[in-house]
Amino acid sequence: MPDTQLHEAKPALWPDAVFAVLQAARIRQVAYVPDAGHARLIERAHADPAMRAVVLTTEEEGVALAAGAWLGGERAVLLMQSSGVGNCINMLSLIANCRMPFLTLVTMRGEWGEFNPWQVPMGSATPCVLQAMGVHVHRADHAHEVAGMVAAAAALAFDSSVPVAVLFSQRLIGAKAFRQETP
Amino acid sequence: MATLSPDNVPPGNLLDRRAVAAALLRDPGDMLVVTGLGSTTYDAGAAGDRDLTFYLWGAMGGAAMIGLGLALARPTRRVLVMTGDGEMLMGLGALATIAAAAAPNLAIAVLDNGRYGETGAQASHTSLGTDLAAAAASCGWRATATVTAEPELEPLRRRLRSEPLFAVVRIAPSEPPRFLPPRDGAFLQHRFRAALGLPAS
Repeated sequence: MPDTQLHEAKPALWPDAVFAVLQAARIRQVAYVPDAGHARLIERAHADPAMRAVVLTTEEEGVALAAGAWLGGERAVLLMQSSGVGNCINMLSLIANCRMPFLTLVTMRGEWGEFNPWQVPMGSATPCVLQAMGVHVHRADHAHEVAGMVAAAAALAFDSSVPVAVLFSQRLIGAKAFRQETP
Repeated sequence: MATLSPDNVPPGNLLDRRAVAAALLRDPGDMLVVTGLGSTTYDAGAAGDRDLTFYLWGAMGGAAMIGLGLALARPTRRVLVMTGDGEMLMGLGALATIAAAAAPNLAIAVLDNGRYGETGAQASHTSLGTDLAAAAASCGWRATATVTAEPELEPLRRRLRSEPLFAVVRIAPSEPPRFLPPRDGAFLQHRFRAALGLPAS
């Protein structure tokens, strides 16, 4: 995608590559709050008989779900938007105290070409908030680096028992287009 | 708005919390247990510390969802979440999430004293109009129960071991002597996983 283009023009290929990484990492539980940037991953998770997709009412439920999955011997991933990171803060103490692995993929809002100012404060604070709770943060800006970054994040999380977030930048996803409806 | 002084006992809340915990956790076998922070963690510890009980000392609002992750990961085991009304209220959305996920091996028992016992016995929402069993039913739980008397505890114990039940047990707002089970999260995690035969990383 040329840098002058704000919005995603055609369906990207990298979400399928990310899904293949999650399969290879033996992820069994996929917790999510519905999100346009994660739509393809969510659809693939629901369609995969080896995975269990769990729709949440709020993102911190996914942190607790991932902890329960790990206690029971399964690996989980939490798919959320940057606004949801704020909802997770105290629940991340569960991961820190118990020294559990934790993997989350975060679609960013409030940055590249954002139309909605209400997305900006939490989007700006997202990496700081995660790091303040001890989460390792990777950030993907370009399609060619996403799958490899998620694979490295999964390895770090599950091999070294640490919490890891991969931020999918708004430049990567394409800014959400808002159009005024004219009667 | 109605408020309660710490001295007022809500009508129907008569059961002793330690007796309830002991009854519900009797002969646990290989059941997987998650407890909510505060009093239900102490109650479960007093009923008998065991490797397959995962105590929360924080992460308020997370007990039920930890139970769901565990139940999905271990579909052949029974999972019981035993928590308090305040802890359940903080994660009320989990009632909808768990009902939608429909894990047949997960049950929740809320020991409901209508109070925030850890912080000075302030009235909780269950003293101010919220019925957690009705909330669970309206979120899609097909089996819910409210228990107020001792003879109902043994039938409840059996149901919690055999069906996806959401139960409220109305307990007296007492504060028994604290029993403090282990609180190091990494220790609790490792001994739980080891008891399931899972490898250390």
